[in-house]
Amino acid sequence: MTTVAGGRQASPHSMLPYAVLAGIALAIVWVLVASGLWTDILRYRKDVIYLTKQHLVLVAASGSAAIVTGVALGIWLSRPAMARYAEATIQAVNMATSIPTLGKLALMMTLLGIGPLPAIVGLWIATLLPIVRNTYEGLRAVPGHLVDAAQGMGMSPRAILRRVELPNALFVIFAGIRTAMAVNVGTAPIAFLIGGGGLGELIFTGIDLQEYGMMLAGAIPTALLAVAVDFLFGQAQYWLVPRGVNPLRNI
Amino acid sequence: MIRLEALTKIYPSAHGGAASVDRVSFEVGAGETCVLLGPSGCGKTTTLRMINRLVAPTSGKVFINGRDTSAADPVELRRTIGYVIQQIGLFPNMTVAENIGVVPRLLNWDRARMRHRAEELLAMLALEPAEFLDRYPNELSGGQAQRVGVARALAADPPVLLMDEPFGAVDPVNREVIQDEFLRMQKALRKTVLFVSHDIDEAVKMADRIAIFRAGRLEQYAAPDELLGRPANDFVAGFVGSDRTLKRLRRIAVDEVMRAVGPAEATPPVGAHTIGPNDDLRRVATLFLEHGVDTLHCVDAEGRVVGVVTRAAVASRLAATGDGAAARTARP
Repeated sequence: MTTVAGGRQASPHSMLPYAVLAGIALAIVWVLVASGLWTDILRYRKDVIYLTKQHLVLVAASGSAAIVTGVALGIWLSRPAMARYAEATIQAVNMATSIPTLGKLALMMTLLGIGPLPAIVGLWIATLLPIVRNTYEGLRAVPGHLVDAAQGMGMSPRAILRRVELPNALFVIFAGIRTAMAVNVGTAPIAFLIGGGGLGELIFTGIDLQEYGMMLAGAIPTALLAVAVDFLFGQAQYWLVPRGVNPLRNI
Repeated sequence: MIRLEALTKIYPSAHGGAASVDRVSFEVGAGETCVLLGPSGCGKTTTLRMINRLVAPTSGKVFINGRDTSAADPVELRRTIGYVIQQIGLFPNMTVAENIGVVPRLLNWDRARMRHRAEELLAMLALEPAEFLDRYPNELSGGQAQRVGVARALAADPPVLLMDEPFGAVDPVNREVIQDEFLRMQKALRKTVLFVSHDIDEAVKMADRIAIFRAGRLEQYAAPDELLGRPANDFVAGFVGSDRTLKRLRRIAVDEVMRAVGPAEATPPVGAHTIGPNDDLRRVATLFLEHGVDTLHCVDAEGRVVGVVTRAAVASRLAATGDGAAARTARP
């Protein structure tokens, strides 16, 4: 059986994990300043700004495309008409998920060449899969009697999906999106290897040249971005999932 | 009001398929409560679900107010029929007010009217509106949730109510309370109710008519008094139980068997045992047995004697099944 990510993240309304992270970040900054690396890093300021923009485009384009298509695909697979093919499709999705992201990017390079487009497509596929799976499993976990009651009261299939099924699956869907976006942000630096640009350029070049300042100039914004994205989706999950079906907000 | 004509459902299977519901016909009058009763798998729920077309009949027809339901759009049809299920099915993502407002919203009521209707229904079901309107279903007890389920079904004031073992998941003590509340409400609202149950006691308590099913067939359709007094066959007799006479007593009112007396005897004799005209015969039988008496005085609310009940009168009423004696029946 497939596993569904859900409810295992620290609740976003408790700010403790973020406070701990901030503490660690401060300690790192102190070490950097004390060791003189900080001035090395600041030398790359212009590169950091330019590459961060590229990096954000990669993440935003592939991530938003994955959320839209992943949720749509998950909904489609969960419809009764698709019941015969859904399990097999989800198995295929699971198998595809197990391919390392670097492998996916390499595949995209062979198909689409180098540049930002194959990078975005590769990231999109890597991000898509957990979203499809969680959307499908979340919708399937909505109790049948809720749908029965909705039908019996004269809701149209569209209204049942919009007002009953999706709200009750939303928490699990959001958990999938958070997992997927963590994968996305974590993989985005690799896009550099197929010519996608982004902060990976500083990280990989820094490693090759043993320039720690350059490497950190790429690694620190990457880490901050990962934390910021997770915080953003954590807040969205907390506030957008109705209170009655939101384990984070239940008493 | 609701008429079923040779209603049949056959689920196809490898061996051709046996009928889950087999040519069932009966009619429920406007404002009556009909309980569909039988062991599990007897087709009672399938019959109910064919009325709001959650299940498509293989053949046969359902008429509501003389209108053939197969001609209506099923989604529109269901908005005019209240529906309560055993699992209650309150939507956990919606507050109590939003749950009650589901059908009104489908019918495009404005917000103020929906809110007002929700308040009115909660008050009628003995739930303080201010306290409950904005709660979520996971903040309700089982009994409270079941009341909200009934309120939701009544929201758009549908003339017909379908209830599939609505009180089955509530504990016995609360079930009695909710049943009594429902009866009181039904007395005022006079909905046409079809109620699925597997509990003979619940059926006797709630029903104006009982439809008893076995293996997809309607075995008997009768008022509780007649069903208990004259079961149509061994299956029905077995299902209603060997204590069926005792069960009958609950549905016969004292004023049905008492001999009325004039205003001369204004007060009962000292030490006499008394009952009220609206008590049922269970109370009478209890007093007969407890005190070894043969006669009880029936007194009205002011304590004046209005009649006398004797053992002989009770016995002759119990013997009188089937000749139209069940016209008036007791309500708790």
